Amino acid sequence: MSEITPDTVRHLASLARILVTDAEVEKLAGELAVIVDSVAKVNQAVSKDVVATSHPIPMANVFREDVVRPSLSQSQALSAAPDSAEGRFRVAAILDEE
Amino acid sequence: MAKDNLLSYEAALEQFEVVIGLEVHVELNTKTKMFCGCANEFGSEPNTNVCPVCLGLPGSLPAVNKKAVESSMAIGLALGCKIAPTGRFARKNYFYPDLSKNFQTSQYDEPIAYDGEITIELDSGESFVVQIERAHMEEDAGKLTHVGGATGRIQGAEYSLVDYNRAGVPLVEIVTRPVFGAGDKAPELAAAYVRAIRDIVKSMDVSDAKMERGNVRCDANVSLRKKGAEKLGTRTETKNVNSLRSIENAVRYEIQRQAYILSQGGTITQETRHWHEDRGYTSAGRPKSDADDYRYFPEPDLVPVQPDIAWIESIRSALPENPAARRKRLQSAWGFSELEFRDVVNSDLLDQVEATVAAGASPQAARKWWTGELARVANASEIEISALQITPEQVAAIQKLIDAGDLTDRMAREVVAGVLAGEGEPAAVIEKRGLKVVTDEGALIAAIDEALAKQPDVLEKIREGKVQAAGAVIGAVMQAMKGQADAARVRELILERANS
Amino acid sequence: MSELVYRPASELVALIAKKEVSSVEVTKAFFDRSEKLNPVTNSYLHLNRELALAAANSADEALSRGEVSSPLHGVPIAVKDNLTTTDAPTTSGSKILEGWVPQYDATVVTKLRQGAMPILGKTNLDEFAMGSSTEYSAFGPSKNPWDLDRIPGGSGGGSSSAVSGFLAPVAIGSDTGGSIRFPAAVTGSVGAKPTYGAVSRYGLIALASSLDQIGPVANNVLDTALLQDVISGHDPMDSTSLPNSLGSMAQAVRQADPKGLRVGVVKQLSSDGFQPGVKELFDDTIAKLVAEGVEVVEVDCPSFEYAVAAYYLILPAEASSNLAKFDSVRFGLRVTPEGNPTIERVMAATREAGFGPEVKRRIILGTYALSSGYYDAYYGSAQKVRTLIQQDLNRAFEKVDVLLTPTAPTTAFKIGEKVNDPLAMYLNDIATIPANLAGIPGMSVPNGLAREDGLPSGVQILAPQMQDALMYRVGAIIEKLYLAQWGSPLLTKAPKLEAK
Repeated sequence: MSEITPDTVRHLASLARILVTDAEVEKLAGELAVIVDSVAKVNQAVSKDVVATSHPIPMANVFREDVVRPSLSQSQALSAAPDSAEGRFRVAAILDEE
Repeated sequence: MAKDNLLSYEAALEQFEVVIGLEVHVELNTKTKMFCGCANEFGSEPNTNVCPVCLGLPGSLPAVNKKAVESSMAIGLALGCKIAPTGRFARKNYFYPDLSKNFQTSQYDEPIAYDGEITIELDSGESFVVQIERAHMEEDAGKLTHVGGATGRIQGAEYSLVDYNRAGVPLVEIVTRPVFGAGDKAPELAAAYVRAIRDIVKSMDVSDAKMERGNVRCDANVSLRKKGAEKLGTRTETKNVNSLRSIENAVRYEIQRQAYILSQGGTITQETRHWHEDRGYTSAGRPKSDADDYRYFPEPDLVPVQPDIAWIESIRSALPENPAARRKRLQSAWGFSELEFRDVVNSDLLDQVEATVAAGASPQAARKWWTGELARVANASEIEISALQITPEQVAAIQKLIDAGDLTDRMAREVVAGVLAGEGEPAAVIEKRGLKVVTDEGALIAAIDEALAKQPDVLEKIREGKVQAAGAVIGAVMQAMKGQADAARVRELILERANS
Repeated sequence: MSELVYRPASELVALIAKKEVSSVEVTKAFFDRSEKLNPVTNSYLHLNRELALAAANSADEALSRGEVSSPLHGVPIAVKDNLTTTDAPTTSGSKILEGWVPQYDATVVTKLRQGAMPILGKTNLDEFAMGSSTEYSAFGPSKNPWDLDRIPGGSGGGSSSAVSGFLAPVAIGSDTGGSIRFPAAVTGSVGAKPTYGAVSRYGLIALASSLDQIGPVANNVLDTALLQDVISGHDPMDSTSLPNSLGSMAQAVRQADPKGLRVGVVKQLSSDGFQPGVKELFDDTIAKLVAEGVEVVEVDCPSFEYAVAAYYLILPAEASSNLAKFDSVRFGLRVTPEGNPTIERVMAATREAGFGPEVKRRIILGTYALSSGYYDAYYGSAQKVRTLIQQDLNRAFEKVDVLLTPTAPTTAFKIGEKVNDPLAMYLNDIATIPANLAGIPGMSVPNGLAREDGLPSGVQILAPQMQDALMYRVGAIIEKLYLAQWGSPLLTKAPKLEAK
C-alpha cells in the first residue's frame, strides 16, 4: 500500500537537502516503505472529532518583555563558521550561473 | 534580459477583468527581535545583533516578544480584524542561507488576526473596500550580499555573504482577499492601499514605516480573467516592490504582460516575479512548484497566544484615530484648500500643524509656519523638520505676539531663529535680543515726517491718490526704526501724515 | 581512596561537606578510572580533566567559605553530548558537528556549574539521540559494563555505561522516547524522565521538541532525585518550561511509605512481546508490592497500541525541521563538492556526508509525514493519537496513583543484533514512548537479573503530569524492597570492569 517510490525518496531528499545516490534511493525506498506501512495505522485510530495535541502540557501566553539582552560579539558569532569574510558568513553562490 | 511583449493598457482593460491581491510585510519597531533579546536595530556592524537564538545555533529556543504580539494585535484591530482566541506559531520549512534555522517561525492556519477590511479612497474621490484575510506574525530573514559578478546581483555572483542582524526582526504580514472591480484603477488602488497601511502603522508608532528601508514591503499578486468569466485566472506574485510608485508600475506592467500572453492564446505560469524599478519590468523567478512544499506544522517550541477580552480591548482603546478619517476631519475643520492640505500631508506635518492650532494659532498661520519658514530652515540645515528644536506651543506663542502687534513678521522669524539656537522660550529670546515693536507713535511720526521731507515726489504721488507709492517711505521708516515697527501701522501713519 | 568511585553521590556529597574528602580527590578518582576504562566502554566522547579539576577546586574553596551551592555540591558529573558546553566540543554523536565548541552553555550546564558540580566530560549517544543502543553514534558504540558485547541502551548509552561502570557518580541524559529509561533498565541503573517542561531544554540539541526532556541518571533513586532537584526549575529561555516548581524529589524519596498506594498495570504492556525473564521480574515486583499491602489493578489503555506508530511520525517530522539548521553556514562541517557548486549543492553534500544512515532515514520519513497531501493522514493523525493517549492515562489515573510496566521488552541485546532492522530497534521503546507523548514523568528502577541471560531489567513507574514526587516515592519504595532482598545494590553484582 505504500506510496514510497524511488522518485518519492528523491523528491523528499531534495526537499531535505540531502544528496542521495541511486543506490541509496533504492535502499531508502525499501526501508521507508516498511516503516510507513507500520506507522500508517495511526490513521485508523483517530476520528475527525479528536483534537490534535501539539504540546503535551496545556500552556498559553508565555512571553518575554521587550528588553534588550547582550548579543554575541561578531567574532563569537563567526567563531564556528566554516568560512567568513568582512564580518559575515561566507557561502557559495546561490544560483547556478545563468 | 528578455523583453516581454505588452498589450496596451487600454486594450488589456477592454478584454480582461483585473484581480489583485496584496501581501504587505510590516517590520515592527520593537526594541528587540521577535524571539530573542537582540536589538532590533538598523545599520549596526554585521553580525553584532545576533545570539544563539537568531543565529539558529543548535539547542537554542525562541521566546516570544510580548510587545511584538501587542503591536500585531493592534495592527489587526486597526484593520478591523477579529483577534483569534487562539493564535499559534508554525514553522515554514525551506532552505535558504539567510534563514538561520532553515525554517521561518511564522503563523499558518491560526493567525493572530483575521477577517478585516479597510476603505481606500483614491485621489479621484472614488473609494474601494479591501477585504483583509489575515494579519499574522513572523520573523524576518538575514541579509545577503552577493559578491563578484557584474553588479552585486545574485546572478553571476562568485559567492555570498550573510549578515543575520535582521534575522528574527518581527514582521506582521497583512494579506488581502482578492480585490475585484478596480478596473483600470487597480494599479492606483494597490499603491493607495499600501500607502494606507503605511500611514496606519506609522500613526500607531508600531513601525518606522520607511519603505526605502524595507520597513514596509509589498508583494503584489495579479491575475486576469476574460470579462464575464467565473474562474479566476492564474496569478503571478511580484516581489520586491518597495515604493508606492513601483507598486503602481509593477501592477500595471503585469496587467499588460499577462494580457498580451492571454490575448495570444497563451497561458500564465504561476510564478514569483521580480520587479526591476530601474528599467520598469518584471522578470520570472522560480516557478511555484512542489519545491515550495513548506511543510508547515505547529511550532513545538512555543505555546499558543490566547488573548483575553480585557487585553484585546485595552489595545483597541489605545488605537489612534484612523489616519484617513483624521485627515478628512482636519481638512474640513481647518478649511484648507485641496492644495494647501496636500502640502501639509505630503510634508508629513499634520501632527505639528494640529498641535500648533491646538495651542491657539489659526490653522492658516500654523500651516504657513510649518510649510514655510520652518520647512525652509530644516531644509537649509539638512535635517528632518521633526528634528527642529521648536515646539508647536512655541510657534503658537510667537504667532500670538504677531497677532497682538507685538512682533513683526521679520522679528518673529528672528525669535524662531533664537528658539532654534537654544536661546530659550520666545519671551526670553525677545528679551535677550531686544525685539520690541516700536509703539511710541511720536518717534514713528518723527521718522515718517523726516522720510517724507526727503522724498517730496513721493509725498506728491500719495496726495494724488497713488497710495502704493507709500511703499518707498515704509522702507525708509522701517530702516530708521531698525525694523522694530509694525509695518501696517507705519503705512497707516504715512497716509495720515501725507494727507494732513 | 579508589573505593570512592563506588560510593553513591549522596554519600560523596556528605563526605565532601564534612571535608573528609575533597571534591578534587573525588573528581580525580573518577578521572583516574575513566582514563583507564573509557577505552573499554567508550562512555565518553570527551574528557575534561583540567577544567573539571579547576571546578572541583572552586567547589572545595566555596565549601571552606561555608558556601553550599546545591544538594550535590562538589560531586562530579557526566553530561550527554547533546547539551551545549562552552568549554568542550559538543557533537551530539554526529560528524556534522565534529569540532564545534558552542558559543553558549545549556541552561542545565549552567545549573551544574552554579551548583558546584565539576563536569567530567561529554558522554556518547546515538547520533542526535536517534536510537536505542548508541550503535548509531558516529563515534562507535558504548559498551554495557555487564557484558561488553552488549549495548548499554540508547540513546543515552554513554551516560548509562558511565554511571553503571562507575566512570561517573551521576550523569545527565535526555529522553525523547526512552533514551534515559531504556539505558537505565539494561545497565541496572536508575534514570528518570521528568514531566515535560520540568527541566529547561535550552541548550539541548533538539531531536523532537515536543517530546524531548532532560533528566537525571544515577545508581540509585536518591541520587537521581538529588540531581533532578539540581537541574529543574523554570527557565525564561524555554517557553515550554513549567512556571512552577514541582517540589523536592529528594524529600519524596525519604518518604518511601507504601501505605495507601494504588498501582495500575497496563493491560497493553503486560502480556505479549516481553522476554520471559523480564516478564517474570515484573510480576515479582508486583507481587512484592501486593505483599506490602499495595492495591494493584489492571488498567486499559487501548490507544497505547498506536503509540509507537504515532511516535515514529511525530519524532521524524519535528526532527526533520530541527535538523535543517545543520547546513554548513554558521557552524560545523562543510563539504564542498568538485567544480563550482552552488550553496544548495554544498548544503546537500554536507548533509549527505555529515549525517549517518538512521538520521537520514528519519529526516526523509519526517519530511514525508509533513509534506502536503500527507500531513493530515500522518502528522495530524499522530497528534490526535497523543490526545487519545492522554485521555486513556487520565482515566487510568482516576483509579490509581501510578502505573507500572516493564521498562523494556528485553534485556540488553548484542551489539550488531538489530542495527540493520530499524523497525525492531523502534520496538525497544514500546513501554517508554507513551510518557513522552503524554508529557508525564517516568522512571526506571532495577528489579533484578533476567533468568535467561543474567542481565539487568528495570521496572518503569509512570505518574500523572507534575507528579514527579509521587513517582520518586514509588521508585524509592521498590528500591527498598529489592535492597532488602539483595542486601546490596544490583550493580555490586556486575562483573568488575577492571578485571577485564
